[in-house]
Amino acid sequence: MSTTAPVIFQERQDQIMRKGEGAFDMNCNRDSLAGAVSQRACVFCGSRVVLYPIADALHLVHGPIGCAAYTWDIRGALSSGPELHRLSFSTDLQEKDIIFGGEEKLYRALTELIDRHEPKAAFVYSTCIVGIIGDDLAAICRKVAAEKGIPVLPVQSEGFKGNKREGYGAACKAMFNLMGSGDTSGIGPLGINILGDFNLAGEIWIIRDYFERMGIQTVANITGDGRVADLQRAHGAALNVVQCSGATMELAKMMKEAFGIPFLRVSYFGVEDMAESLYQIARFFEPIAPGIMEKTKELVKGELTALYPKLQEFRRELAGKKAAIYVGGAFKAFSLVKAFRQLGMQVVLVGSQTGTEEDYKELYDITDEGTIIVDDSNPLELSSFLKEKDVDVFVGGVKERPIAYKLGVGFCDHNHERKQPLEGFIGMLNFAREIHSSVMSPVWRFVPRRKAS
Amino acid sequence: MERVDYVSTTNGCKLCKPLGACLAFRGIEGAVPMLHGSQGCATYMRRYIISHFREPMDIASSSLGEKHAVYGGGANLKQGLKNIMNKYGAGLIGVATTCLTETIGDDVPMIIREFRKEMEEAGNAPPAPPLVCVSTPSYSGTHMEGFHAAVRAVVDQLCAKGSLVEDGESKFVNLLPGFISPEDLRYLKEIVEDFDLGCVMLPDISDTLDGPALEDYGKIPAGGTPVSDIKRMGGAAASLEFGHTLAEKPTAGAILLERFNVSLHPLGIPIGLRETDAFFSALEEASGRPAPERHELERGRLVDSYVDAHKYLFGKRAVVYGEEDLVIALTAFLVEIGIKPVLCASGGKSGRMKSCIETVTSGLLETPPMVEEGADFYKIEKLCEDLSPDLLVGHSKGYRLSKKLDAPLIRVGFPIHDRFGGQRTLHVGYRGTQRLLDRIVNAILEKNQEDSNLGYAYM
Repeated sequence: MSTTAPVIFQERQDQIMRKGEGAFDMNCNRDSLAGAVSQRACVFCGSRVVLYPIADALHLVHGPIGCAAYTWDIRGALSSGPELHRLSFSTDLQEKDIIFGGEEKLYRALTELIDRHEPKAAFVYSTCIVGIIGDDLAAICRKVAAEKGIPVLPVQSEGFKGNKREGYGAACKAMFNLMGSGDTSGIGPLGINILGDFNLAGEIWIIRDYFERMGIQTVANITGDGRVADLQRAHGAALNVVQCSGATMELAKMMKEAFGIPFLRVSYFGVEDMAESLYQIARFFEPIAPGIMEKTKELVKGELTALYPKLQEFRRELAGKKAAIYVGGAFKAFSLVKAFRQLGMQVVLVGSQTGTEEDYKELYDITDEGTIIVDDSNPLELSSFLKEKDVDVFVGGVKERPIAYKLGVGFCDHNHERKQPLEGFIGMLNFAREIHSSVMSPVWRFVPRRKAS
Repeated sequence: MERVDYVSTTNGCKLCKPLGACLAFRGIEGAVPMLHGSQGCATYMRRYIISHFREPMDIASSSLGEKHAVYGGGANLKQGLKNIMNKYGAGLIGVATTCLTETIGDDVPMIIREFRKEMEEAGNAPPAPPLVCVSTPSYSGTHMEGFHAAVRAVVDQLCAKGSLVEDGESKFVNLLPGFISPEDLRYLKEIVEDFDLGCVMLPDISDTLDGPALEDYGKIPAGGTPVSDIKRMGGAAASLEFGHTLAEKPTAGAILLERFNVSLHPLGIPIGLRETDAFFSALEEASGRPAPERHELERGRLVDSYVDAHKYLFGKRAVVYGEEDLVIALTAFLVEIGIKPVLCASGGKSGRMKSCIETVTSGLLETPPMVEEGADFYKIEKLCEDLSPDLLVGHSKGYRLSKKLDAPLIRVGFPIHDRFGGQRTLHVGYRGTQRLLDRIVNAILEKNQEDSNLGYAYM
């Protein structure tokens, strides 16, 4: 374990490792260090990102204005119909509400917003302050649900009660409360739910198309392009396919327990994982759907035949370039490591905000010698790693972008704000194109880092 | 007109208080902004600010968890301060509170006093840098109240009695510009320099939030108001403080007046001829010299363009929204060129916007425009149904409305999340007004051209 970089906090040294220097030993899943400018968010953020794409629900943030303002229409989660999710609703708590309690305001706000928008359900998010002043969110939700005749679900997402992962859990609980109530007629034996895809830039539509070509029926999108009624009948599906390690895994487990629905972990990023995900599902249904494997193989073959020559063109120029990855959940990092390998590139840094020990062990196993693996990093560390490893392109979210750009390093936004679909076979091509357009830009020739060498 | 009466907020036209404080602290040399609260606040605000400035924006957090919410966050705050001192080598740490820590009752000034004492007793080297704290509960006021509160706290806590100018020091003014763009700040500094005046501008985000490409990632971006300059603000010839809604409030300028008798010029943000004239007059008075010729020329060109543009603009109906003082300044400008502001709206509610709008429009409008304080975009959108505006002037978050109304949006202020170069938008002075005028005229011409099926290429 290296301790040389002066930017690394003593307390954080066991959250960083370099493959090849000692055995795997990684400390993670602990509170962020005070004063360290963690890239992490909060419980509320976790709940908000998971539930946000449910497009016909009202999403009311019970708290001061900030929590709602900073999450107003920030994700590219597309809807094929209603777009209620793109509005930012808040109770905008004021000082007097803090003193006298915010329940009355919440009740009135909920009532008037439901009257105004006639949503299919309402999610009411608790924020830090609500946890402190002790508003009985659940009671208000029950009352309004009874009066308005729609599900009104409290989301216990007080920001300080952990990090994003706890927020995912709170969101899963809220969604689970919707399930089991809807009519499941019309759902065939090959019905699945798509969990952990948020339809950024229309990605879930790409995936659904593959499933359709395999003869599989999608019951509920959870949550990209999501609908309340679909969630309510999601228990009628035969299988849950779960992407994104943290976000909806808990829901899959709850559904397995309550409804006996098995789940598969999948990833739609990169050629290898995309194809394997489809094969996994085909294998699952093969006993009751003879021929599904052949259909799937044909699909994959067709897609790959179209894709490979184009990928090769990018690979020619990208081979040997160095990439760094820092993402929210570690699961996405697995796919990215493989995707970069497909492009002939070398991953020299990989990290996540909220990975678990098993996640990091897997990263350790699939990366090359010398790769830095880091948990809950911060700008000082990330910038020093980028420089040390002489990285060509950094994959992350908006908060990582200025770190890369300030140092004159290419960047690819693989977070909620992306405008290009990166999932599926076509997504791999988009990914290659985006990496290529950043890495090969002439602008790097003029930045101080290159001029100096 | 339908009365819009409701308690919920839809698409708020304001941000929360600690965000403003973080921005203000970012404008002090060597400073690290820190939020005393849960981790999410810092991360959300960073993301929001980064999306506008496209610059690193580190905000530290005391990262409180559940047990701290119960037992108090003092220990985490102290640990955070220590970590920032050690890793960032901060020249100043600006601590802003959040709704969480205000409500659990953490006494931040006391915790900071304790921390200082502990550092001294431990013989810590280097000693703690200046630690400025400001109370910014998100449930009271907007990001602008947070911004001004932070500036005031810095002056209040750093400018002690007796820390005045040394003999022979050249004459300088304090410029308290509020929250305007880095480009605005650079231009204002040039103007003051042209009067042969020194200038302490507080805060100064011109470099810290719009810096050059670097070989090394600076832990703290270069630039910002030096702490040593802040400490000598009591010796200035005058303070120029922007923001009409601040008048008679206990601002940084008011403290400098009260404590050091530094004469205070309360001014509007200098947009438009009259507000910019007032700014130049204040500089003439402070420097004892007339405005340099090149600025007279710039003013002349602006008047000339007012004339050239007047027919395209007369009677056009504008909706102006955003931070109260920016809305007031923009309104002052728009009425000079014959545009009719039909709605001036802000999420802020200082209680002064209406009277300020009346003042800046009097003599140029028969009846003052409708003013809405504490408005959200739901209200603005509702009101627009009857107002049928020709253009919107405000930040990016009005895009949705602009699209719905099919009326062009002139992007100004913060945030500009859907266009490039928000940090380099020039709004102030004769030159900034000129740029705004050109943009407004061109937006109207572009709309006329697009709406016409003639395909004319000559205006």
